[in-house]
Amino acid sequence: MKVGLFIPCYVDQFYPQVAIATLQLLEKLGLDVDYPLNQTCCGQPMANSGFEKYAKGCDALFTKNFAQYDYIVSPSGSCVLHVKEHLHDDKNPAEAKHIQSRIYELCEFLTDILQIKDLDARFPHKVGFHISCHGQRGLHLSQMSELVAEDFSKPGYLLNMVKDLELIPLNRKDECCGFGGTFCVSEEAVSVKMGKDRVQDHLQHQAEYITGGDMSCLMHLEGILRRQKSPVKVVHIAEILNGSYA
Amino acid sequence: MTSREKILNQVRQNKPVAIPLPQNITFATVTEPERLPAFVKSFTSAGGVVSIVPDFTTIGQELQVLFDQPERVMNTIPAVGYGLAPTDAIAQGHILANLEVAVVTGSLGVAENGAIWVSVENIPTRVLPFICEHLVLVLPQSKIVGTMHEAYAILPKSFPDYGVFIAGPSRTADIEQSLVIGAHGPKRAHVFILENE
Amino acid sequence: MHNEHIIPTDHATAAEVFLQDEERANWHDKALWFIREKRDVATKQIPDWELLRETASQIKQNVLGNLDNYLEQFEQNALQNGIKVHWAADAAEHNQIVLNIIQQHGIQKLVKSKSMLTEECHLNDYLLENGIDVIDTDLGERVVQLAKEPPSHIVLPCIHKRKEEVGELFHIHLGTEKGASDPAYLTEAARQHLREKFLTSDLAITGVNFAIAETGGFVVCTNEGNADMGAHLAKVHIACMGIEKIIPKAENLGVFLRLLARSATGQPITTYSSHFHRPAKGQEMHLVLVDNGRSVQLGRKDFYNSLKCIRCGACINTCPVYRRSGGHSYHYAISGPIGAILAPNMDMRKNADLPFASTLCGSCTNVCPVKIDIHNQLYKWRQVLGEEGYVPATKKQSMKAMGSLLANPTLYRIAGKSGRTMMRLLPGLANNKAMNPWAKQRDMPAPPKESFRDWYLKNKKQHD
Repeated sequence: MKVGLFIPCYVDQFYPQVAIATLQLLEKLGLDVDYPLNQTCCGQPMANSGFEKYAKGCDALFTKNFAQYDYIVSPSGSCVLHVKEHLHDDKNPAEAKHIQSRIYELCEFLTDILQIKDLDARFPHKVGFHISCHGQRGLHLSQMSELVAEDFSKPGYLLNMVKDLELIPLNRKDECCGFGGTFCVSEEAVSVKMGKDRVQDHLQHQAEYITGGDMSCLMHLEGILRRQKSPVKVVHIAEILNGSYA
Repeated sequence: MTSREKILNQVRQNKPVAIPLPQNITFATVTEPERLPAFVKSFTSAGGVVSIVPDFTTIGQELQVLFDQPERVMNTIPAVGYGLAPTDAIAQGHILANLEVAVVTGSLGVAENGAIWVSVENIPTRVLPFICEHLVLVLPQSKIVGTMHEAYAILPKSFPDYGVFIAGPSRTADIEQSLVIGAHGPKRAHVFILENE
Repeated sequence: MHNEHIIPTDHATAAEVFLQDEERANWHDKALWFIREKRDVATKQIPDWELLRETASQIKQNVLGNLDNYLEQFEQNALQNGIKVHWAADAAEHNQIVLNIIQQHGIQKLVKSKSMLTEECHLNDYLLENGIDVIDTDLGERVVQLAKEPPSHIVLPCIHKRKEEVGELFHIHLGTEKGASDPAYLTEAARQHLREKFLTSDLAITGVNFAIAETGGFVVCTNEGNADMGAHLAKVHIACMGIEKIIPKAENLGVFLRLLARSATGQPITTYSSHFHRPAKGQEMHLVLVDNGRSVQLGRKDFYNSLKCIRCGACINTCPVYRRSGGHSYHYAISGPIGAILAPNMDMRKNADLPFASTLCGSCTNVCPVKIDIHNQLYKWRQVLGEEGYVPATKKQSMKAMGSLLANPTLYRIAGKSGRTMMRLLPGLANNKAMNPWAKQRDMPAPPKESFRDWYLKNKKQHD
């Protein structure tokens, strides 16, 4: 099994430790992981702004970078969903389709493909889990509170394997954090208010850390926490699962 | 071209591919022994009052206790035997502006939501169950079905000129989501369920 | 009456104003979340809930695919029932038809129960201009009418108003005690005030929740009983409906009435579900079928299923953006996510901001009782608006630049090395030198000493 590691642009630039944790975790699980050096972005910022056409270059590059892998894995539900739903490559449609059917967000890759049953990780803290909307409502990583359907959570299943980690409950377990891509600046006031409310829910339940599968949500929440001079930190789920958070 | 033709032409031109109506779908129902308790729960949750009585006479006796003068009550069910009976259809509902109590036949009840079907055929004027201060409904227990699907299966295909499902007293929560019973219609809805009819 | 308080502005700006009073915004958010939670409780009592949604969606799909036939069938049956049927191609014609009926009867004042269609057509303003006094009888609508505002929510028209504000309005207009704000007291005052209007109005306008092709009748749902009080006491009843409100058979009501109130307020059914089939003796019953852009929307393959909407408002209650920006920030008769996918069909230029007033979180789609893929349509509207030139040029330019940069790994790496370029690439940041909207209320992430790629080349690639 040959795995291509897709590291979203902002993770590459701002959160290399998340990418390192993802790579190390996959390698610890015995996988042959490759990181295509010419990767950049999934194209979502342009597409979500109404300009899919300006994402075509990104799409072509993405297909070129990842068509050769059995699986493509990424520590970002949002970018994975975007590729799954919107990757277009007119010149290489079969390759694009292959990628769309073989791309996985890290947690679902661990639970569904690798089907791991335990992990060597310890995180002795109170942790609030923030599910990203694209991860949940898009990729169905966990059950959506709106539906009348059985509850489940793939990230929750994984976090339960981590020793001494205490998962705190939330009042609104799957409310959006307000990042929303370019929404975070074009609708700054609402975006920040949503973020503040999300942070407050975690703080109210004594979270020491807020974790999640999407660094974009966490970057937004971190920005608010820092501005509030809160001691609460954000940590990507890959860092916890890898046992590498320092 | 008339607007009618214009609209229909444009609809015809633009409509998406038709799919057949969903057929033969079975929805879970409220089973027979659960119907009465479910109905009572639904109707009371909506702010209504439920009394289970053996016969019409008992309803009359209870009404006498609740509303001591028969002139206060417009009764459309002779067997209840209390209150004043309308002799004819009422052309102008306005004359009922100060009516305190109306006693009205419910011809069907729905367990899942406490709704009771009132048909214009059983009332002297359409506004009666709305304009009164207290609405008294009389419903045979045997006429309680599980869900709305069953209700529509029973209602006549040629609907009465007017009919309404009533599920409690009139209400509003428009001011700060505070529930207030008694908006424009009755402030009290009281259903007497007849056990033996 | 004109809506003086609503200054036309884009959603983001209006939302920023709304959020200046944070305590009030919190209250607004909680009030709507409370309804979302009631909706959740109600739906979870129906084990078949998801099957009901799917069935409703399919029925509506069938309706839209046969809409012309159902409209004709409905018209024929309604005429046979003695209902006078009118067709209006647009809002202006609808208003004209209504005014004509009013004038034919020499009527000066009328009562109206809730109808989002008449809001969409701005009927009240039109009638007022023509000297007709319209009294909205839904409590929430009466409140916003007295405040000279449009409804901020399709089901809860004055959800943005605090009880003290309602108290003040009622003090001025209905003579309630100064400072009184108890909802029960205010509701009783409105009851007495409107009771007099019901008893003295010869004409009543209502909306329509469902019109049944097979029987030629229509159903109106209320909790207050105001539609019935108005219609039954008036000599003339005019019901106004969008052409998409048709359903094939009465039995379909079983599906829709189970979904509607549970989705809207968490009630198992509205207090009143009134089935009008024939006018009462001595009464006249009119029904106005209104297109107003619907037949155009029907032809948009990505958007036509927005016409499945039954106006329950569930998507509005669950929308985290709506809850924190208020209904008026949407500057369209129908606010929230559903409004944001309906409004561009009416006027792309005016409503180009609305599909962007969303994080695309998808909660709207999940609560929708007829399974409209609202968040996907928001995304698709953005593409249409981008293509048609309704997205601001600055945004377009920055996206074009960003797209080229990200398509080129070398340029991307050079840009990345030059500091926080990635953040600067976000639209608004690059073009707004005066202020960085990210950093206004948020800290920027601290730049690490190296990118992952650099780390990878140093630590991994050499071992390969």
